[in-house]
Amino acid sequence: MAKVLMKGNEAIGAAAIKAGCKYFFGYPITPQSELPEYMSSELPKVGGCFLQAESEVAAINMVYGAAGAGVRVMTSTSSPGMALKQEGITYAAGAELPCVIVNVMRGGPGLGGIQPSQSDYFQATRGGGNGDYRTIVFAPSSIQETVDYVMESFVKADQYRIPVVVLADGMIGQMMEAVEFKEPKKVELEPKTWATTGTKGQRKPNIVNSLFLDPQELEDHNWKLDRRYKEIEKNEVLVETVDIEDADVVCVAYGTTSRIVKNAIADCKAKGLKVGLIRPITLWPFPMEVFKQINPNCKGILTVEMSTGQMIDDVKIANEGRLPVYFNGRVGGMIPTPASISADIEKIAGGIK
Amino acid sequence: MTIVYEKSKGLTDAQTHYCPGCTHGIIHKLVAEVLVELGVLNEAIGVAPVGCSVLAYNYFNCDMQEAAHGRAPAVATGIKRVRPENTVFTYQGDGDLASIGTAEVVHSAHRGEKITTIFVNNAIYGMTGGQMAPTTLIGQKATTAPLGRTIEHSGKPLKISEMLATIDGAKFVERVAVNNPANIRKAKKAIKRAFECQIQGKGFAIVEVLSTCPTNWGKTPVDALKWLEDNMMPYYPLGNFRDFEEDK
Ligand SMILES: Cc1ncc(C[n+]2csc(CCOP(=O)(O)OP(=O)(O)O)c2C)c(N)n1
Ligand code: SF4
Repeated sequence: MAKVLMKGNEAIGAAAIKAGCKYFFGYPITPQSELPEYMSSELPKVGGCFLQAESEVAAINMVYGAAGAGVRVMTSTSSPGMALKQEGITYAAGAELPCVIVNVMRGGPGLGGIQPSQSDYFQATRGGGNGDYRTIVFAPSSIQETVDYVMESFVKADQYRIPVVVLADGMIGQMMEAVEFKEPKKVELEPKTWATTGTKGQRKPNIVNSLFLDPQELEDHNWKLDRRYKEIEKNEVLVETVDIEDADVVCVAYGTTSRIVKNAIADCKAKGLKVGLIRPITLWPFPMEVFKQINPNCKGILTVEMSTGQMIDDVKIANEGRLPVYFNGRVGGMIPTPASISADIEKIAGGIK
Repeated sequence: MTIVYEKSKGLTDAQTHYCPGCTHGIIHKLVAEVLVELGVLNEAIGVAPVGCSVLAYNYFNCDMQEAAHGRAPAVATGIKRVRPENTVFTYQGDGDLASIGTAEVVHSAHRGEKITTIFVNNAIYGMTGGQMAPTTLIGQKATTAPLGRTIEHSGKPLKISEMLATIDGAKFVERVAVNNPANIRKAKKAIKRAFECQIQGKGFAIVEVLSTCPTNWGKTPVDALKWLEDNMMPYYPLGNFRDFEEDK
């Protein structure tokens, strides 16, 4: 298929529809409002339904109901709205409901601002709602990747019966790039025999539920979920690495920030420095293993983020204390510059204490 | 032998956990009978609340989803929008519907969502041990209103049916009680009509059922029924507030 020039938010909608999502429940918030707008005009054309909910709380609970009834369904929001959706996400996780949630991040805390940010990393990777649960988190860095991973999200959600988060930021949502919509992969998925579709008098009632009052039952349920999470950690890690085996400095960055870092790395390489990159594409599961491939004589790791350093925890865990970890970050909608990143790389390469 | 009475096929064989004398059980029975009589049990998808009826999904003999506290109307909206051919209902207590979930029920009514809501008003939070609800009466004692509810502190009890009846999308609104056989029969009629409202595609339907909580009211089951008649019925008058036939 030919490439088309599309705005990120609209491309997300187009990708979801291509993946077979016919239902969208959402609530407006900058910088993602073009996505519900797009869905409102496109979903009726495929016999689906767009509904503007009265709040993010209602929207995610509508998603819960629809997912429980066995369809591919999606919602999207930006940071303050994501905070409200956490209730429904933990219920969906507990009830093992596949659904896709897009967070086009902006700065916080509180009302924050409307400019791009990556400050919902903890919330996305640590749960955010109550209880022991995980969600797969994709962090695309271009609109092409966003389109690809939105489509992939629906497959992974169904495959593991899990809510999947696509963690984008205001830049992805608002910029335009050329994208190609590939045909969705053909994946054999189990039929949703657990869904509430009406018994038709032909089977026992299905119950979609996250309540287990018997502590032993709840423990069993939790360990069952945990086994699935372990399986995901084993099979679903996505990461891009560049030249980490002989690097003197390795940068770690995800999403749009990784593109700025790539520019800085190119500048440093032109100056003869050996710089590598680890770009997590899934933030959960985090690519822990690749850190072992880093050159043992590397001088240090530089984490670059549009947050005060939320990913550093994961980087330190993955690095297991082998190398010093440094940080370059901007917040509030401010964006790290290639020059400041290059300067940090040069300092680390020069051996700072 | 002729069977003159049997348990509704709309209920499972599970034993309910409700306290002796609690009227949740009667209301379950009525809803189940109506689903069977209307021939929609096999298409029905119910949404259980958080509250004493949290386990309703074990009692109704149809597909069920459990919702977060107050969110049943949103969950039901999601189900109904993707499965418009199914009969979708919520079963909610007054803490669930009139407190934490007010926005969800108001907006489901406002959209004219084609769902049926059974709203069990027992003027108290049952499950968590008798705290004050928005529906708790003035002077009524609750664990979080130890001296009795006052208007100055908590406002007057919220009249949900009257409020929802002002919303155009609410096509059927009726308040009933299950305190005696005559009223139980009327309650069943109202519940049936509320499901017919959905089946005929008219819009949102709600039946508010005045119910007892002998345990948290600290009364015997019989005294609880009397208390309902003497105290709840004067403040929450029974009757139809809206019917889809009369709707212009
Ligand atoms: C988010 C959330 N807040 C609070 C609770 C605790 N809780 C459980 S049941 C309940 C009150 C239910 O009262 P009501 O809806 O009147 O039903 P009843 O038990 O009286 O039948 C509360 C507050 C909860 N489960 N979830
Ligand atoms: S606590 Fe009250 S509402 Fe709950 S089951 Fe017992 S009597 Fe019924």
